[in-house]
Amino acid sequence: MLEVNGLVTSYGLIKALRNVSLQAEKGKLTCILGPNGAGKSTLLFTIAGILKSDMGSIKFLNKELSKIKTSEIVKEGLVLVPENRLVFPHLSVSENLLAGAYSRFGKKNEVEEDLESMYKRFPILKERYLQEAGTLSGGEQQMLAVARALMARPKLLLMDEPSVGLAPKIVNTIFEIIKTLSDEGISIVLVEQNAVKASAIADHIYLLDQGEITFSGTPDQIEDNDIIKRAYLGDISES
Amino acid sequence: MDYYLGVFQTIGVHTLLGLSAYILLLTGQVSMAQIGFFAIGAYSSGVLTVIFSWNIYPALAFGALLASFFAFLVGFPALRVKGLMLVIATIAFSEIVRLITFNFVWMVEKDGIMVGAEGAQGFREIRYFTTNGWDSSQVVLLIWIFVAIVMAMLWWLDRVKAGAVLRAVGNDELAAQSSGINLTTVKVAAMTAGGFIAGLGGGLYAHAVSYVDHITFTILMATFAISYPILGGTKNVFGTLLAVIFIQGILIEAFRFLEDWRLIIFGLLIILVMNFMPDGLVSIFKKSNPGKGN
Repeated sequence: MLEVNGLVTSYGLIKALRNVSLQAEKGKLTCILGPNGAGKSTLLFTIAGILKSDMGSIKFLNKELSKIKTSEIVKEGLVLVPENRLVFPHLSVSENLLAGAYSRFGKKNEVEEDLESMYKRFPILKERYLQEAGTLSGGEQQMLAVARALMARPKLLLMDEPSVGLAPKIVNTIFEIIKTLSDEGISIVLVEQNAVKASAIADHIYLLDQGEITFSGTPDQIEDNDIIKRAYLGDISES
Repeated sequence: MDYYLGVFQTIGVHTLLGLSAYILLLTGQVSMAQIGFFAIGAYSSGVLTVIFSWNIYPALAFGALLASFFAFLVGFPALRVKGLMLVIATIAFSEIVRLITFNFVWMVEKDGIMVGAEGAQGFREIRYFTTNGWDSSQVVLLIWIFVAIVMAMLWWLDRVKAGAVLRAVGNDELAAQSSGINLTTVKVAAMTAGGFIAGLGGGLYAHAVSYVDHITFTILMATFAISYPILGGTKNVFGTLLAVIFIQGILIEAFRFLEDWRLIIFGLLIILVMNFMPDGLVSIFKKSNPGKGN
């Protein structure tokens, strides 16, 4: 579904991504793990068109994305949920959701339906639909960020560290939401630092380190690889 | 009576100037270019009625369109800079326009006298209203009809999705972009609309006072333009109107005895409002907001 080949992205002279290749399959949850500064967010930004790559190709449903604008990429069905729950703090919850449906301008009935289904999926958002998004709690903002992305009816959802900065209890809720979305057949590329939780729900895992993919395999394969297991997952029995 | 009409006229024109900055502020752009667009509207519509003897309405429309065309052109390079850099870039634009008006000479002979723009001497005798028998109350009424139309349109804009999209860009560009909002379209559209409103204000101003020159278009006026929506708040369009009434009607007029000290109060006021009324002057009238509960 998504095929990234030989991607190179740099900030000035610093190469943040060096020759990254990966694939995400339809209906699957693909997870990219890696430490701080590995290039995870850069990778998602490049796929989403917010950063431009120096080299390489990004093919989504056989369409080349590396040269087109983010707004066009969203129309193709590839939607990013940015890190740190970037909701629009001074817009109401419902306005945030409607902004998410920007790419579907003119399909009013459909958008209304989706709005209702988001409220069903996240009842807390319905309760607070008039409230300014900036006044929501961290977990609620993350739900809103996910719901806003879903309003674009994505074919593939890119999620950038949805668990970052949230209380452990809320982190569990967020991962349950991701699991549910994945079970419903939505294709997801998930970038995470919380390796234990992410590998528990992932179908396929890539490890990204210093701008390079250092491992690709299923969660079971990580289990079998002692070095990687220790480096990235720690001792699972302790956590 | 004429004095009060004069105050109403100033408030009306400044409201248009403030609203032109308001729509840009919604998208997070702090623009000092509004006075440049205002100058383009003033000079071009003046040339049309004085030199080409156009009717006032097409001349105003042309002035506004020309200003919005320049705003459209300014919109693209403005995309590349933000915050302070945008302020400086737009000051540069306004200064370029001001210096052009300073050097702009286009005079023709009409009924035995020379009329038109005379460089540093300014553009005198923009007398469409007096030669066509308008009295000053009609002129003020015309200005306020335009103010009402612009306010109604901006108010309506905020009631439909477009307003949320503008504000989304102002809230967070990265999030707006990842929601599929085309930043270029939104920001350039806001700049173009802002240019149109400022150009319209400029045209009305030039004809109402019958004389403009480069001193009309200094950075001080650009500062006023952006101060109104900041002071009034961007919750809705009435904040800008309120700020203009407060600054031009009360601070400038009622406190004339304070002379230049008024400008110090002006600065102080902006700091106080930013600290104690982050939503702007409009929050004086805010009823309890059902959404903003604790």
